[in-house]
Amino acid sequence: MIRRLLSVLHARNLEFVRDRGTLVFTLLLPVTLVIGMGFVFGGPQRPLFKVGVLAGQEDRQAHPFLRERYVAFITLADDGAALRKVTHQQVDLLLDLRAPERYWVNTDSPKGYIVEKLLLAAEPAAVREPVTGAAVRYVDWLFPGILGMNMMFSCLFGVGYVVLRYRKSGFLKRLHATPLTAFEFLSAQVLSRLGLILLVTAILYAGIGAVIGFHNAGNLLLLALVGVVGALSMIALGLTIAARFSSEELVGGLLNVLTWPMMLLSGIWFSLEGSPPWVQWVAHVFPLTHVLDAARAVMLDGAGLPQIAPNLLYLAATALAFLAFGAWSFRWRIE
Amino acid sequence: MSTPILEVRELVKEYPATLAVAGVSFSVPEGVCFGLLGPNGAGKTTTIEIMEGILPPTAGEVCYRGEPLGNRFRQEAGILFQKTALQDFLTVRQCIALFRGLYTAGLEVDEVMRLCALEKLAGRDARKLSGGQQQRLLLAIALVNDPAVLFLDEPTTGLDPQARRNFWELVQSIKARRKTIILTTHYMEEAELLCDEIVIMDRGRLIAQGPPRRLLHEHFAEVLLELPRQEFPPAARALPLSIIDASDRVEISTHDLEATLRTLLEAKVPLSNLRIRPANLEDLFLELTGTELRP
Repeated sequence: MIRRLLSVLHARNLEFVRDRGTLVFTLLLPVTLVIGMGFVFGGPQRPLFKVGVLAGQEDRQAHPFLRERYVAFITLADDGAALRKVTHQQVDLLLDLRAPERYWVNTDSPKGYIVEKLLLAAEPAAVREPVTGAAVRYVDWLFPGILGMNMMFSCLFGVGYVVLRYRKSGFLKRLHATPLTAFEFLSAQVLSRLGLILLVTAILYAGIGAVIGFHNAGNLLLLALVGVVGALSMIALGLTIAARFSSEELVGGLLNVLTWPMMLLSGIWFSLEGSPPWVQWVAHVFPLTHVLDAARAVMLDGAGLPQIAPNLLYLAATALAFLAFGAWSFRWRIE
Repeated sequence: MSTPILEVRELVKEYPATLAVAGVSFSVPEGVCFGLLGPNGAGKTTTIEIMEGILPPTAGEVCYRGEPLGNRFRQEAGILFQKTALQDFLTVRQCIALFRGLYTAGLEVDEVMRLCALEKLAGRDARKLSGGQQQRLLLAIALVNDPAVLFLDEPTTGLDPQARRNFWELVQSIKARRKTIILTTHYMEEAELLCDEIVIMDRGRLIAQGPPRRLLHEHFAEVLLELPRQEFPPAARALPLSIIDASDRVEISTHDLEATLRTLLEAKVPLSNLRIRPANLEDLFLELTGTELRP
């Protein structure tokens, strides 16, 4: 079985490497993304302090610090989320005007240091609650989304169309006349695409990470595990679509039906926090949502295996389910 | 007669609007070249694909060495389809190596290339081969597992005469190694040259089976006389002769050449363009399946 699998895997890799157009496109895309991200996010940031405020509207009017210039005051409702924003330096300081009055400042934040001076000048009796944590800019938050999106397109379209082409050309029919099983064939396709995706994602991670100055808060191997399991799940999903159909239009349409909801709901561009519960439930049906949740938890919060285990389990289960369904419904030839 | 290597029993293949194979039974002796002939739509490709194990029958079964087709058959069968695309961007050697990797036993890649005269093409992109070279490559792929039974589905269709003859030589060299070959073809000359035994199918049914010589003997007298149609007087059709209408000629089958010639001369039939030849497989094919064009 391994020999047959390796034989197909080797041939598929040769085919990919020698398909110059696809190879250039695959390598050009990450480079273009790196350049684009550098252009969009590489410019200077506006000097602005942001202070989160936990308080009712009536408390705000009375406090002298809230009259400071060049400081944006953002009312926050959830204590836990507000504290995470300080930890990630998404706000420079968090002020709780409810009694007893206190504030949280990130001791790793230079802007937090300065805005603290402003606060203490206005209210010397405020109680200090120090926290630590590296800054999370939008670009840092977006970074896993870009990686995940690229992975999703490569997984779904890369595998789906290759299998479709093999079926239409009659190559699958020829393979069917050999001892090769559908599971072996599909596994070889999955492994070939997985290797490519990991390589491209690593290039993107290193390239974009260098351009935007990203620092991973978590374990890189754990992040790689998220990438592997996530890619497996999405490749297997692509195979379920390509498993039996022979029309490019149909397969293309079905793949679009899958990718667009993931583009919008899986949290690539913006967080779904605060959206209706049913939207969040639907979003968590998609593998990409679990990939991004787990990747952000590792990359931004430094989460360990226990924290992302539910996401990994979901991805592993869907990968197996999709692959099993794909092998079961697989058609070697055009009906 | 040697033990059958393949047995086809009451095979039926039904599609929603078509009965492609309507209860066909025959057996293939080991070590022979077995021809499956028939006009377009006769059901021969469907039959051979069921025999190859890639198409399930609606009813009936195919047995390989007395057992239903299974893993042993897949390991021991070699197949050359009518149309086969290979994986892009692979050389001739890599195409063969890919398929060699799918079998537990077989020939070395170099040996297969030598058998099919592909050594000089080993490093060439498989997409850039000529028609004849491509068929030799597909034959090589069909031989990688050193098959006991080799299926050749219209292997020379579209080849030029040189490439076709070259391919026939290859098939004859495989025959010489006592391999069983199942061949479908539209070229009667090819079937006559290569096949030890044939079946002729039409409209999903088997209409003749046996060695070509025996079938010819059963259906035709010794010789055929051919005359241009426009030179054959209508009145001569009333003569007591076995007259067959072909497209542009009239054929007369006879076992008494001298008596037939006398009859024609007495009827004042012009004989200046007369051709006399023995009956061949094409005559048998047309005799059994008719001259009507098939959809």
